[in-house]
Amino acid sequence: MLDSGKRTLSYAQAVREGMDQAMERDPNVIVIGEGVPDPKMIFNTTAGLREKYGAKRVFDMPLAENGVTGICIGAALSGMRPVMVHQRIDFALLAMDQLVNNAAKWHYMFDGKASVPLVIRMIVGRGWGQGPQHSQSLQSIFAQVPGLKVVMPATAYDAKGMLMAAIEDDNPVIFIEHRWLHHVTDVVPEEEYRVPLDRAKVLHRGNDVTVAAFSHMTMEALQAARALGSQSVGVEVIDMRSVRPLDVGTVAESVRKTGRLLVADTAFKTGSIAAELISQIAEREFASLKSAPKRVASPDHPTPTSHFMADEYYPEPITIADAVLELAGIEQNGIDYPRLQRELCRDRPLDIPNRNFSGPF
Amino acid sequence: MTPTNSLALLQAMLRIRRIEEALAVRYAEQEMRCPMHLCIGQEAIAVGVCAGLSVKDVVFGNHRAHGHYLAKGGSLNALVAELYGCSTGCCGGRGGSMHLIDLEAGFLGSTPIVGGTVPLAVGAAWAAVLKNENRVSVVFFGDGCFEEGVMHESLNFAALHRLPIIFICENNEFSVYTHLSERQPQRLIYRLAEAHGMTSYTGDGNDVEEVLAIADRAVGLARQGNGPQFIELHTYRWREHCGPNFDDDLNYRSEAEIENGLKDCPIVRFTAKLKQSMPTIGAEVERFEAEIREEIATAFDFALSSPKPSSEDARTGIYA
Repeated sequence: MLDSGKRTLSYAQAVREGMDQAMERDPNVIVIGEGVPDPKMIFNTTAGLREKYGAKRVFDMPLAENGVTGICIGAALSGMRPVMVHQRIDFALLAMDQLVNNAAKWHYMFDGKASVPLVIRMIVGRGWGQGPQHSQSLQSIFAQVPGLKVVMPATAYDAKGMLMAAIEDDNPVIFIEHRWLHHVTDVVPEEEYRVPLDRAKVLHRGNDVTVAAFSHMTMEALQAARALGSQSVGVEVIDMRSVRPLDVGTVAESVRKTGRLLVADTAFKTGSIAAELISQIAEREFASLKSAPKRVASPDHPTPTSHFMADEYYPEPITIADAVLELAGIEQNGIDYPRLQRELCRDRPLDIPNRNFSGPF
Repeated sequence: MTPTNSLALLQAMLRIRRIEEALAVRYAEQEMRCPMHLCIGQEAIAVGVCAGLSVKDVVFGNHRAHGHYLAKGGSLNALVAELYGCSTGCCGGRGGSMHLIDLEAGFLGSTPIVGGTVPLAVGAAWAAVLKNENRVSVVFFGDGCFEEGVMHESLNFAALHRLPIIFICENNEFSVYTHLSERQPQRLIYRLAEAHGMTSYTGDGNDVEEVLAIADRAVGLARQGNGPQFIELHTYRWREHCGPNFDDDLNYRSEAEIENGLKDCPIVRFTAKLKQSMPTIGAEVERFEAEIREEIATAFDFALSSPKPSSEDARTGIYA
């Protein structure tokens, strides 16, 4: 994806720049969250904003997730465009009443007389023992609710463009970032731009198997696709980007070509958005399918803390590659499998994104 | 208070009372097919508080919000049409009795999740400060709200940012059929608000003049930048929690208590008081009654002749 000569930013820097440009453009954009102006600045994604826009637009917040969500909804109904931040998506569960009963419903139940232009950034944690309550990936819970939009950009380019689009959208948008994407770089234009909140994007072309991936799993799928591609297994990787609405059309088009679908999700498997995507493809494209679709997702038990238990918890690029081979009916002895393993299996420790990463998590 | 103002208060309370009584009568026809929580007996609070507000001040209500909506100037036609599920209802039939809105009147919305609109009113007050707009925000809620975390989260934030909001606690001592003593320890609700760091008041919610006097003072202080104000007002719910009837047969409150509650009627009390200085009050009341009867008849005609939404309509407007 990198194009030498063009400017690259990390995902975290891209989020920060999108936030900055949205605030510069519209004085009604405010940001609030636990730690927004603190020394760690939400993994540097809010760095410099208070210095630039002042304490009347950049707020820390009381530990009151539900109350402050409602307060942001009230402000949004009164002409503001608040951006709320949760350092962990798990904290947002405290705010489900306001999100589901008020934010999602307000426009509908009051017959379009008012709307709630609110963005809530939620960060999915992983690694270094984040454990049961700091590493859930809860997109399907939010995506079940009509009235909410839910997006999970995987690239720095999309992170900036989708954040700007989300802030300008007149609806509540749940903007989910994966902590392990924050350091991933991409070409990010300096000027303002928007990326639609309802379109998946094909990131890698291939004719044998479609892999529809969400958030961080997109990066894992791309690695698998490149490694398999060098051994003549064609993997089409679709970065889903949006969870609600779900761009089933882009996946259907790919499945009509490949006949095989793997969905790679960051969430628990049961009741996941991966399950929803497979349901919809089965309903729409059953005749195109050459084999039963598969899911790669997190197992149906809470995330353990000890790395001895957690090491095999997360699907890795090799997990995706194995699933692709199974779907395509290719035996391990039909390709250079040891080479695939060399290319895709990470060295321990597995609870950090790479050896250079030293936190914070 | 001038006689004109006093009569306006009386008329406003009487109007809400008669409207709700008319709704209660026709509810039995089963054409208003939504839950309905009547505020009969509690009218003085909505009327007294809203009398001191301007149109640009904003109000949020709860599940028992007909009085809040009407006192702030919400359209009667749109209310009745909403109860009948018509396209001309204030929510186009999507809300019913528990979801009322009239933006032109400054009534920003009512919802039935206990405590649900409290933070929204705080957010509206916050926006007024951030946008440098001179208006106050008011929210009505019941005593049960004090058992909800969001209430305390909202008070904390309002006090922290010294927001121009007036919290109105309508303490009728009942959450559905459960008495306050089974839900909260013996303590004064308004003192809890005071402990959150705001000026707090308590008063007789069935004395419309007292309500107005306290609210006027609180609204004035909030408007002048003195931060949030909290008012606890004691009142009594005459009818069942949800529905048009009296429910004394359920025996969840004593006959003596009910008798005392009904005797404490804010309209009877205020009429008797006015009569001392206005011997002709009876004629005034008769005139009000006639006007209100006509207004109610017009509103029912409007609702019953209004277009009805379709299933097709229900599938639209999910997103702005």
